[in-house]
Amino acid sequence: MGVVGSKLGNLGVVTTTLETAVNWGRTGAMWPLLFGLACCAIEMMSTQASDYDLSRFGMELNRASPRQSDLLIVAGRLTRKMAPVVRQLYDQMASPKYVISMGDCASCGGVYNNYAIVQGVDEIIPVDVYVAGCPPRPEQLIHGILTLHEKVKGERFADWLTEKA
Amino acid sequence: MTMMTHPGAEATSSWEGNIEELRNLVSDRALSGETLLLNMGPHHPSTHGVLRVLLELDGEEIVTCLPDVGYLHTGIEKNIESKTYEKGVTLTDRMDYLAPMSNNAVFSMAVEKLAGLDVPERAQVIRVICLELTRLNSHLVWLGTHALDLGAMSVFLYAFREREVILDMFEMLSGQRMMTSYIRPGGVWRDLTPEFLPALEDFLGYFPARVSDYESLLTNNPIFKDRTQGIGIVEPEDALAWGMSGPCLRGSGVNWDIRKAMPYSGYEQYDFDVPLGEHGDVYDRYLVRIEEMRQSVRILKQAIKRLESAGGGFRSDNRKFVPPPRAELGRSMEAVIHHFKLWTEGYTLPDEEVYVGIESPRGEIGCYLHGTGGNKPRRVRFKTPSFMHISSLGMVSQGHMIADLVAIIGSIDIVLGDSDR
Repeated sequence: MGVVGSKLGNLGVVTTTLETAVNWGRTGAMWPLLFGLACCAIEMMSTQASDYDLSRFGMELNRASPRQSDLLIVAGRLTRKMAPVVRQLYDQMASPKYVISMGDCASCGGVYNNYAIVQGVDEIIPVDVYVAGCPPRPEQLIHGILTLHEKVKGERFADWLTEKA
Repeated sequence: MTMMTHPGAEATSSWEGNIEELRNLVSDRALSGETLLLNMGPHHPSTHGVLRVLLELDGEEIVTCLPDVGYLHTGIEKNIESKTYEKGVTLTDRMDYLAPMSNNAVFSMAVEKLAGLDVPERAQVIRVICLELTRLNSHLVWLGTHALDLGAMSVFLYAFREREVILDMFEMLSGQRMMTSYIRPGGVWRDLTPEFLPALEDFLGYFPARVSDYESLLTNNPIFKDRTQGIGIVEPEDALAWGMSGPCLRGSGVNWDIRKAMPYSGYEQYDFDVPLGEHGDVYDRYLVRIEEMRQSVRILKQAIKRLESAGGGFRSDNRKFVPPPRAELGRSMEAVIHHFKLWTEGYTLPDEEVYVGIESPRGEIGCYLHGTGGNKPRRVRFKTPSFMHISSLGMVSQGHMIADLVAIIGSIDIVLGDSDR
């Protein structure tokens, strides 16, 4: 969408496609689920706090209820005991829903190749963007979020109709 | 939804699972459905991680509170058994992820005790600086989240602003913000970088005023006082009986700080006070931690002075345990051999057992280490404060309103990674 000279009160006319307009709206206010697992959750809090200020991307509002959130940031190591809970949270989210796997543990098990840790959250839920790092710096998480925005902006009308697994 | 009926009772419980499994854990009134069984967590904004609590409620009053841990059980202790001692340090970072330096230190000190390895004075002072910065780091997260739980949003933003400065300093030292692995057996990984001390002095210049800022937002705030005073009272004898330590124990007025009682890393040479609470409630634990932040600043200022006179290197010269500096590898064949041996095989420690306990920001963190005579430990066990504090949750919260449970969980400052490992 083009920038309209709204500051001058001179509202012009913008033509766009429905896809572009809806995707623009979805990237502008993507509310994450207030959900953290381990160390990465602390870096996620840092990202939301003063220095990195995630509200610049329309994400300052964390929802504690999965029903009201659009984005699940799996922040930290996922244990076998916790896995059914995360799956249930994902199932409770309303479409369109997106998942960022934050950190090495959530992406691939990280340094824990053992009996307790699920070797990547993509074993139980589909993941849109993987963010590497142990834990990722706030800049890396922001980069992951912007990458997700790019992905959402590229979605087609047909994608909306097909429910993601 | 399946309704389970307790034999011989008229009312039915709303619990979906097998109520018989809870028979001896909750009161009989819950079995008949007179009181409500409520599940809180593991996904809950105020449980500080993935703690699950099973509550038995009479109206809004907590009759029974059963914590359920293990949602973050990572098998770190078991993993360390298959690693050499040097590599084990990396995993200890990820237990109590708000105080990684404390974990590094306790594991390194256990290895040093088993190996009989001496740490130079300069390394001891650097460790004290790191441990106290870690305490500030951890207390700032506690302050921010505790206030956030009680509805004070701005404290969180202020506390994290200062925490970022500490993380930047950690990055100067170790190259990593959170998972530092900086304190290693025999000393620390590398010497203080040139930009570290100016950054630390600058920080210590303005930080005490910032602590006063936090206090001006909370200490006399009537809402905060209403939510915290007289809530979650822990009597001194209860605190001892439940194995509490750190600010939770001192909030109840028990003067026990391992830095004073069993000094390590030269803490006996520093001049600082141990703040104590009077009532043992949530508010006193808050005051204790706030004062601890001020005392940490005092220790840090003394440590900077000591650094000028402290002798020795930043790590031990014992080449059987500590790798040689990079520069030596080009000149000395012996250095190359030591380097190769240490980074491939590691070092061997005797088949003996040691225990070391230090004062982490949360309380006493202890490391039990049992060598094999080989290059890997037989058993590593961490005694962590969060586990003890979670176990006391039922005792602390009994009889309180459900909203107070949030304040209590915040005040005992648990980290689930620390508890579950």
